[in-house]
Amino acid sequence: MIELTHMPALVVVAPLMAAALCALIRHSRLCWWLATLTLTFSCVCIVVMGRAVFDGNVLSYAMGSWAPPIGIEYRVDALAAFMLGVVGFMALIVHLYGYRSVRAEIPQPLQGWYHAIYLLCTAGLLGMVITGDTFNAFVFMEIASLSAYTLIAMGKDRRALTAAFQYLILGTIGATFYVIGVGFLYLQTGTLNMTDLDTRLDGIMDHPGVLTGLGFLIAGLALKSALFPLHLWLPNAYAWAPSVSSALLAATATKVTLYLLIRFAYDIFDFDIALAQANWSFVLFVLSLAAITAGSLLAIAQDNVKRMLAYSSVAQIGYITFGIAVANLNSLTGALVHLANHALMKGALFMLLGGVMLRLGSVHLSHLAGIGRQMPWTMAGFVLAGASLLGVPGTVGFVSKWYLAVGALDAGHWSLVIVLMASSLIALAYMGRVIEMVYLRERPADAPTVTEAPPIMLAATWLVLAACIYFGLDTDLTAGLARAAADSIMDQPQ
Amino acid sequence: MNGGPPIPRVIARILIPPMLLYALYVQFHGEYGPGGGFQAGAIAASAIILYGLVFGVSHAQRAVPPAVVIAGMPLGVLIYAGVGIATLALGDNYLAYGALNPDNPPGGQHLGIMLVELGVLVTVFSTMLTIFYAFTEGED
Repeated sequence: MIELTHMPALVVVAPLMAAALCALIRHSRLCWWLATLTLTFSCVCIVVMGRAVFDGNVLSYAMGSWAPPIGIEYRVDALAAFMLGVVGFMALIVHLYGYRSVRAEIPQPLQGWYHAIYLLCTAGLLGMVITGDTFNAFVFMEIASLSAYTLIAMGKDRRALTAAFQYLILGTIGATFYVIGVGFLYLQTGTLNMTDLDTRLDGIMDHPGVLTGLGFLIAGLALKSALFPLHLWLPNAYAWAPSVSSALLAATATKVTLYLLIRFAYDIFDFDIALAQANWSFVLFVLSLAAITAGSLLAIAQDNVKRMLAYSSVAQIGYITFGIAVANLNSLTGALVHLANHALMKGALFMLLGGVMLRLGSVHLSHLAGIGRQMPWTMAGFVLAGASLLGVPGTVGFVSKWYLAVGALDAGHWSLVIVLMASSLIALAYMGRVIEMVYLRERPADAPTVTEAPPIMLAATWLVLAACIYFGLDTDLTAGLARAAADSIMDQPQ
Repeated sequence: MNGGPPIPRVIARILIPPMLLYALYVQFHGEYGPGGGFQAGAIAASAIILYGLVFGVSHAQRAVPPAVVIAGMPLGVLIYAGVGIATLALGDNYLAYGALNPDNPPGGQHLGIMLVELGVLVTVFSTMLTIFYAFTEGED
């Protein structure tokens, strides 16, 4: 039963059914184990499928045996496999990490529910990536988003409720724009299947109906991915959410909508050819630069470290859309590899802050004074992930910035390299504030003594940090896969 | 029975049984005409909600206990997804209902659609009542 042919369905169905089972049993410990088993199973499926598609093959799965393009198709190519890997593995590691954190931050009767909704969110995110059907992607987007709002609101901090509500309103508008865009395309082409859409759009790419649909799609996806200036929901949502939710969503949620943006822009719409007419790449380009600059500057002004990292995410999303907008092979490779790399480093940073939250009960900058000596492993990890965020050679951050810079140079944009450098310097400023506070300040005499984070949290986080270094040195797997994925969706190789 | 004007109570008493029956009609007729599990679940839940509004939530909760609706929400999803697993086990693709009856695939499709619609009915019915119970908590 469990063979390669059925894996595209099982990888999504397993967490979905496990979520329903968790909601039935609602026993915290039992649900944690069930989720661990299921997410491990999904990761195994992802690795097996990834190996099968790495050399350019495509796995196509007909849901209910209805042949595409009429039926819903699940489609795994190099790009989808790459993204499934990012989502699946980050979800698994953050879940393992959550063993202690969920017990500390989620009220006891809700812990079983929390694991159920975590699985549901993961199923939705995986589904958005694996589906080859534009409307099915909308359905999974709703599954992922609705469970994400719940994941944010479930903590003990009541400010999370308003943050989740704000996210709900803006997220719903974003999803609505997306589905309106899909509707326009369906009206013009009569198909919802992505591959079929690509074929049928040939020759009518500049039709007003198609361009309107594309406008709705890009606006909707930009809102869901928190592209500046549509980022307003993100800082509060990440700042007040429980640590596990922040780590999962920061690592995967916005990445998956960016993946859909890449899918539409390159696979379906041949960004480099058609969009030049509508000036969409120029709009995206300007917004990316604004995101990089504004996100980094706003991050400096934050006193809550989680909020600071959230604004830093706004800037990092700008890097990714920048790579999408420049539209050559190197820049797209940079964008894709940064999807994975940013998931690693931002995931690690939020996980480390979860440890601080557990021991200190706060992540306010002023409360962190001098804890570097009391939580040596956590804070060493913070420095390491921070270095990666800056793009220090030997870390993953360097790899993605390298590809983005080379891509910008290929396109003849010297000025952009300067923006990339400048934003790295600003990142040095805001990460430096934290590092100065935890290492160079004395712990106030009246401050409570804190201990190191629990071993399971540290182990999971350091696994991610080790990946930050490993993939910074050996770029074959991430950058190699990203290059293969970029190659497969670019219509005009450089 | 609490007090209050008699007219809603009399009308509710007349309406609720046909509402539940109509829900079943919409459920089982769903494969031939407009309808299906979602609509049927909504109609059945509205019958219980009407009962709760007119006779008091505690009565509604005695008829359909909160523990049942909370278990019903994931149960419906499991019924739906379980049909898919069954077709996988029978050697076809996920949710390929034809596999449920290899000798007569159209019959298998009837059965499969009936079962997944039952899953939808259970989840929609339970979810609507869960929301109703949550909003009326502490009243009555």
